Amino acid sequence: MKNDDALRREFADKGMYNPASEHGACGIGFLVNIKGEKSSAIISQGVGVLKNLLHRGAKGADDRTGDGAGLQFQLPDRFFRRIAEEREIQLPSAGHYGVGMFFLPGTAKVRSECCAIIDDQIKHSGMRTLFWRDVPVAPDVLGGISREQMPFFRQCIIDGGDLNSDALERKFYVIRKKAEKRISTICREPDYFYTASFSCRTIVYKGLLMPHQVEAFYPDLTDSLMESAFVIVHQRYSTNTFPSWPLAQPFRYLCHNGEINTLRGNRNWMASRERDFQSELFGDDIKEILPVLEPGVSDSANLDNALELLCCGGRSIDHSMAMLIPQAWGDKYPIGPDLRGFFEYHAGIMEPWDGPAAVVYTDGRRVGAILDRNGLRPARYTVTKSGFMIFASEAGVIDIPPAEVKEKGALRPGEMLLVDLDEKRLLKDTEIKMRLARRRPYRRWTEENQITIHGFFNAIAAVEVDRDRLFASQRLFSYTREDIRRILEPMALEGVEPVGSMGADQPPAILSEKPQLLFWYFKQCFAQVTNPAIDPYREELVMSLMTFIGCADNLLAETPQHAHLIKLSHPILSNEDLRRLCSLEEKGFRSIKLKMQFPAGGGGSALEEALTGLCLQAQEAIKKNYGLIVLSDRDLDENMAPIPSLLAVSAVNRHLVDRRLRTSIGILVESAEAREVTHMALLLGYGASAVNPYLAFETVAHLAERGLLGTRLSQQKAMENYVKALCKGILKIMSKIGISTLRSYRNGQVFEAVGLNDELIDQYFIGTHSSIQGLGLEEIAAEANMRYEEYRRCLDGEDPGQLLPPGGHYSYRRGGERHLWSPEAISLLQHAVRMNDYDKYREYAYLINDQQEKQATLRGLLRFKKREPVPLEEVEPATEIVRRFVTGAMSFGSLSPEAHTTLARAMNSLGGKSNSGEGGEDPARYKPVPGGENFCSAIKQVASGRFGVTAAYLASARELQIKIAQGAKPGEGGQLPGHKVDEMIARVRHATPGVTLISPPPHHDIYSIEDIAQLIFDLKNANPESRISVKLVSEVGVGTVAAGVAKGHADMILISGGDGGTGAAPLSSIKHTGVPWELGLSETQQTLILNGLRSRVKLQVDGGLKTGRDVAIAAMLGAEEFGFASAALVCCGCVMMRDCHSNRCPVGVATQDEELRRRFAGRPEHVRSFMFFVAEELREIMASLGIRRVDDLVGRSDLLEQNRDITFWKARRVDLSRIIYKPEADPSEIRCTRGQDHHLSEALDYRLLPRVEKAIESSEAVIVETPIYNCNRTVGTIISNSIAVKYGNDGLPDDTITLNCRGSAGQSFGAFAARGLTLKLEGEANDYVGKGLSGGKIIIRPFSGARYDPSRNIIAGNVILYGATGGEFYANGLVGERFAIRNSGACAVVEGVGDHGCEYMTGGRVVILGPTGVNFGAGMSGGIAYIYDRSGVLDRNCNLDMIDLEPVVEEEDIEELRELIVKHHSYTGSPKAVHILDNWQECLPFFIKVFPIEYRQVLGKMSREDGDVRRIAPQYN
Amino acid sequence: MITERREQVVRREPGYRDLAERLGDFDEVEKMFSAEKAVEQAARCLNCGTPFCHGYACPLGNVVPEINELVGGKRWEEALEIMLSTHPFPEFTARVCPALCEGSCVCGINDEPVTIRQIEKLIIEKGFTEGWIKPSPPRRRRKEKVAVVGSGPAGLAAADRLNKMGFPVTVYEKDLYPGGILRYGIPNFKLDKKIVDRRIDLMKKEGIAFECGIVVGSDISYNYLKRHFTALLLAGGARLPRDLNIPGRELTGIYPAMAFLSAQNKRVIGEPLFAEEDITARGKNVVIIGGGDTGSDCLGTALRQGAAKVYQIEIMPRAPETRPSDNPWPLWPRVDRVSSSHREGGIRRWCVNTKSFEGDEKGVVKRLHCVEVEWVKKDGRFIPVEKEASNFTLDANLVLLALGFLGPGKDPLAEALRLERDARSNIAVDRCHMTSTTGVFSAGDMASGQSLVVRAAADGVQAAEGINTYLHP
Repeated sequence: MKNDDALRREFADKGMYNPASEHGACGIGFLVNIKGEKSSAIISQGVGVLKNLLHRGAKGADDRTGDGAGLQFQLPDRFFRRIAEEREIQLPSAGHYGVGMFFLPGTAKVRSECCAIIDDQIKHSGMRTLFWRDVPVAPDVLGGISREQMPFFRQCIIDGGDLNSDALERKFYVIRKKAEKRISTICREPDYFYTASFSCRTIVYKGLLMPHQVEAFYPDLTDSLMESAFVIVHQRYSTNTFPSWPLAQPFRYLCHNGEINTLRGNRNWMASRERDFQSELFGDDIKEILPVLEPGVSDSANLDNALELLCCGGRSIDHSMAMLIPQAWGDKYPIGPDLRGFFEYHAGIMEPWDGPAAVVYTDGRRVGAILDRNGLRPARYTVTKSGFMIFASEAGVIDIPPAEVKEKGALRPGEMLLVDLDEKRLLKDTEIKMRLARRRPYRRWTEENQITIHGFFNAIAAVEVDRDRLFASQRLFSYTREDIRRILEPMALEGVEPVGSMGADQPPAILSEKPQLLFWYFKQCFAQVTNPAIDPYREELVMSLMTFIGCADNLLAETPQHAHLIKLSHPILSNEDLRRLCSLEEKGFRSIKLKMQFPAGGGGSALEEALTGLCLQAQEAIKKNYGLIVLSDRDLDENMAPIPSLLAVSAVNRHLVDRRLRTSIGILVESAEAREVTHMALLLGYGASAVNPYLAFETVAHLAERGLLGTRLSQQKAMENYVKALCKGILKIMSKIGISTLRSYRNGQVFEAVGLNDELIDQYFIGTHSSIQGLGLEEIAAEANMRYEEYRRCLDGEDPGQLLPPGGHYSYRRGGERHLWSPEAISLLQHAVRMNDYDKYREYAYLINDQQEKQATLRGLLRFKKREPVPLEEVEPATEIVRRFVTGAMSFGSLSPEAHTTLARAMNSLGGKSNSGEGGEDPARYKPVPGGENFCSAIKQVASGRFGVTAAYLASARELQIKIAQGAKPGEGGQLPGHKVDEMIARVRHATPGVTLISPPPHHDIYSIEDIAQLIFDLKNANPESRISVKLVSEVGVGTVAAGVAKGHADMILISGGDGGTGAAPLSSIKHTGVPWELGLSETQQTLILNGLRSRVKLQVDGGLKTGRDVAIAAMLGAEEFGFASAALVCCGCVMMRDCHSNRCPVGVATQDEELRRRFAGRPEHVRSFMFFVAEELREIMASLGIRRVDDLVGRSDLLEQNRDITFWKARRVDLSRIIYKPEADPSEIRCTRGQDHHLSEALDYRLLPRVEKAIESSEAVIVETPIYNCNRTVGTIISNSIAVKYGNDGLPDDTITLNCRGSAGQSFGAFAARGLTLKLEGEANDYVGKGLSGGKIIIRPFSGARYDPSRNIIAGNVILYGATGGEFYANGLVGERFAIRNSGACAVVEGVGDHGCEYMTGGRVVILGPTGVNFGAGMSGGIAYIYDRSGVLDRNCNLDMIDLEPVVEEEDIEELRELIVKHHSYTGSPKAVHILDNWQECLPFFIKVFPIEYRQVLGKMSREDGDVRRIAPQYN
Repeated sequence: MITERREQVVRREPGYRDLAERLGDFDEVEKMFSAEKAVEQAARCLNCGTPFCHGYACPLGNVVPEINELVGGKRWEEALEIMLSTHPFPEFTARVCPALCEGSCVCGINDEPVTIRQIEKLIIEKGFTEGWIKPSPPRRRRKEKVAVVGSGPAGLAAADRLNKMGFPVTVYEKDLYPGGILRYGIPNFKLDKKIVDRRIDLMKKEGIAFECGIVVGSDISYNYLKRHFTALLLAGGARLPRDLNIPGRELTGIYPAMAFLSAQNKRVIGEPLFAEEDITARGKNVVIIGGGDTGSDCLGTALRQGAAKVYQIEIMPRAPETRPSDNPWPLWPRVDRVSSSHREGGIRRWCVNTKSFEGDEKGVVKRLHCVEVEWVKKDGRFIPVEKEASNFTLDANLVLLALGFLGPGKDPLAEALRLERDARSNIAVDRCHMTSTTGVFSAGDMASGQSLVVRAAADGVQAAEGINTYLHP
């Protein structure tokens, strides 16, 4: 296939592909000689590191094109001196000349023009081009795609004249920016121009290369004069397969592993600031460097741009980095006031560039690294005694003799390190930060200048409610009874977001006949795979809602005045807050109120006029030195209808950003329209600084006043609860996309639109993705007028009651929103399957399918083209078709055991598959019962909670599914409250009955795209017979994520519609997150075809499939397999109570209540009937289309057309042509025809297996020795699978098989290790050691011969023992973050852990003989940890929400602790263990027992008085 | 989120007055919940996400879950408000509705349904006794006037809604008092006529004019109406009774059920009866042919009048006690129903076909000749087959035919306008309830055939919407 930019553009134009969604992730590292001694060896060592990071990168469809790799190092003076000499040119002394490394266009003419422009700019700046050099390259080594796009490489050597150092770098910066701007006007695609580096200090060699190609491609690199004191390396993994040459890293100042989620906001804010830039250093040149951020490049590249600006603007590189990626510094974070002052001061100047990030940075004289506040990227380093340092994403990327090692460490969340080559010293975090914190009196500056509005003690003032006015306003702003009852009431009552269950089956806003608030046309974006969601509750200390209002003018200066800002602790303003803000008389903070209104009855042009007016008024206000604009819909003028607040806010924000005025002013919104969490998030996301939802306040006050919130709840308390719920909800929405701070979320537009047209988007919501067209201003005005008329009618007394309309979004209401699962549909389907009556099914299907009159789905707007039919008999039989059907993932625990097994039995008998869901499965079901019936779920899900994920569980599957997200609540975790965890569930989930179980929002072993490749590899090892699937949720960009996943070797990708169901989720997540599967599926299909990846991977779809027609359309849009969940439940008796979360399901489907379970009336036959009916309907459709086999239907979107006979006014504005666009491709490239190569045969286990086979057969003990390297990943897992297949969870007797390994183990060492397997490692290990440990034993000790103190050095990486269910782990050394996370049964002893230790732990024992990081024991509901704490400040580092800390005094505890330490000593020889055991009586008092409160309660270990306290464990969701 | 096991409250009904007591009068037989009991029963409601009671069963779409939730929270006034938002006169259906809602109650899938009707009754009665229900005439009057012909449930419902929308409404009624079937058909012991009067009074106070004793089409002409009204709604019901054309039908003492019931209702309200109307069961052997609700009403009335013996016979077999499999939830359960009247006395027989009536010398009926039948399946349909040698006779000097209704029959206005009829002789209407004549609408049994009070009311409400759309497109 052709694979060029033109094609990509065509795809993007006509189809769903969206280049803006591309993501990258990577392996990074640097090597440095701390003493500054230069050598050429370091370059080849750097290349060696790259090669050892190969598995962190990815290959394209041709398997030869890498996603990019590169090196950056000091400008090799001797090398260029020789080059110059060869040309008989005299080079100035080192530091006084620079080298530009350029990627030039292939077209010779354009190329020479580019060079001429550069020369001209150099000359113009008073410098001189010494010579140009064509960089020798060897294109032969490249892969096809890489080679096709290869640019021309040239270096320009410039005489810096008098300038040197910083001044020279600055000048080069200006020259580059100027040259780039000029060249952009002459350089047209496919030609491109790019500056890889342009500096007097560093140079970059990079490209679309694989690590082993680097040296061969650039012969320069092997030159003996290529000398540097450091080298930075980067290896990229991109989600698509046409990464380009310039997107390879390193950039000029940094290279980045991770992703900047807040990019759009950062871009907006940076653009707004540019107007105020002033700098003595730049002088007049300042204008030349604008815009600072290059358009159309990656997030990392923009971060590089920002860093470059700050550095050249005069801040040191560590200072700049600390501004861009600040550590967490909130109230809960244990740091000192000066450092907090530093961060607070800078928070007002620059919002964080937020998102997972490990960054290596250099300005040529210093090289350092930083990890973002969440610390979700691995970062390990080793320092040798001779002053050599290696820093990389993994340990063991370079061989260092153990005796040489001085220190082995890891960067912790938010930490920095820096090697200063001038000082010839390594600086650690504390030193760097203290130096920064005390550069200026930042703390005092903030204290003295900040204006605080709502503080600690200011209770919300009472609100007076005028009932009639309230009611009229509620009518005007479309309040419904449901809004009040289902949304506001629970918020006011409990301070939490309301929860619901089952999916969204009402029409999308664009198809609803009811006028919809503009908010409903937007969907929240969320993180999946390429970056992790955050847990806003358990990891709250990294989150912040603090925001500033005010004008932080010149970014390039640093004055006390920069701290003169209004500080809000959260963005929800009470009426009192707003009043106070509006009465500020301080200069720069005077406010003006602008009304969001337009003439009622007016059309689109009237609305546009009003918006323009609003924008101009705002602009005018700035001119008049107002500092605050209040956009208000309170007290509108006579005959004026409100403008949707989101539209008004976004319009004004956009207008001001475009005019670079946005930072000059705060935008406050006083809105009656906004009431839900999502509304607030939208207003903030599109530019509001803070929101005052006054009508919601009045409504809540009215509820409280009438005593409807209980007698004890005062009006104030109710409003505080409401605000609290909003704040929590906003945190949650931010965390879903992986953003930690509101400052960078604001203006970040992390939403997509469904049903808005391009003109509207381009005018008011620019940058927001919208794929199906829809409303414009005209229609928005029409809907606003409909609301207004309703209001007038009510005022005119036509409806004299005080009754609001019923609503109907959350519960079915006649006359409210329509639902596909109407009572009629449910009863017809149940009737059909129970009587096995196909005619009744047809009636049901007609009800769902026919949308000529009433539209409910996007697919309802499509119809099949007329084609020559074939006889029905010729179509593939239904018995074949049903094999493609699966039931959705519904856990045992959310479903009753009866319902769960009914689905499994039905699907197994059809040859389809049922899905275990994420709750584990009773091992008794793994093997068919004697009668032959199979109760085993064919698909075993692996979700973030890893409940019951044992080696045997994995071995029992035909498919292992990694659940990244769930349609109803993508990006969120879940919680099974303790009272729901009965004996049965506890047993299956390896938990304790009565103890709460928490599923974290992210998989803690998937923080990036390269991690999912690793998990897929792990699971493939855990069950080589099973296929591996990945479940994603439909959203914009899911296609590129899927491409990345396909490159990570998933066998199947499931695209789940955002409408899918749930057993419990916040209502705002059910309704406002994720888009219909039609969008996600078509985007995925098109993107995979574009990348040449489609033939490797199968596609499955689910999320609201109900009929054969749905299946037909899904197939045509690209799906090969089809999942049903809600429909299958309805067949089992579900009547859409939407109350699954209450455990009160009246039909025994979604309950664990014994009594109710008995009412379950579903039978496997019912489910079978349904599947056959659907298949039959599909066959009829296929026959009518002349298609005989489902395979021939897959991807045939050309058989679909939009039904233009539909006359509904809003539906007519929809354009589905992008969805049904069919890229030109060979028929074998539009569905899975090849499959994946998992490269499993390379696994170390296969080499070891023959030596342990006998032991597995006969339990005869065996010891095997093997060296190990960091590229040996997932060692021990295939062996464990063999054990589990034969012996199930029981495994072999302990220590039957012992593997003695020596070296640096790769990731996932001992993953899912089964009982009977003991892994002994001498050396060190990377991340994910003992992931899912299933009874095996892992022992790690340092290399013999190492001279350092093991208790002070890192020996293994992050996320160790994640989801372990049993076994033992001993490590003589420190380990990384999130140790023993979600452990439910393993025992472990280590010498110290990083942040978030024992998070979400539910069982097992952990002994820590040294320090812990912050947030220890967050969400820990079971198990016990013993910590040796000599510092006495353990409690400060713990998250005490769910745990008690107490001394170890009980005999059995002391015994247990001692026994574990004795074992630790005997296995690892730990000197610290020796010391403790030798001095037991002195040391014992320093041990602290961490005892989860709930666990203590169910163990009966709570004192009577204590137990009687009514205790509500923190409840979320 | 904290879940608590639902308290196991079982369904309770308020029950009926003592047999001995109630047979001695014509007062309502059914008792009413106490407020506490209603609150307790309302808490059984599951507040379904997909309420079948509201969304599937109730023709009016009563928002049952919200009503029950509010009652559960003792928020009676709000419950009333929500009830009245869909229902023009809950006090009628609360007494006479078979409660379709309860047939589709989710609790009824595997347990007893919620006592929705009884709760409804208490709410509306509280509304009246507490004085929450006050006349609320529209704040603004529109100029278009609407005439409603017929004051049964459909006519009243339409009149009420149209009036609330602001249209001046005049209701024409051929009988002396308004109410139609509510007043003349349903026995007083099920629906006290004071309840009907209370509603009519309220409607009058809200501005609706009632013109009774006027037969539209003969007493006043279409042209007259056309001059005075912008729209006209025909809601005359479907009063044409199904007859039993067998030998001896011409004998005296054989009456349509409605004539019998109507006579008693007139006695109750003190309306004079013409001699030929004055039918009574006192001292007589009564046979009621027809096993439905009307037959049951006749039974209760006959017993109260002092009949010597009462039979109620039915050609269909007795319905099963529980749902048959082809009649699954949420369909209306076709099960045997025992009414309060059935409990009061009389003999019920099923699978009985009446072959002929035998009269005495004065031409008065004295005996029925009957035969037992069996229902057998033939060509996919069940048909009755006479059982051999099962002939028997029943002595009777009053026979009441409760065999249902055929349709509106001849209606002078419909004839004058030559309104189109549908296949079942009902007035044909479009989606807006408009007949073949522009501006003339029809609703209730007249347009859709014999049915329940609640369906007629719902139809009336919809017709009002249709008229509104017609007048204000």
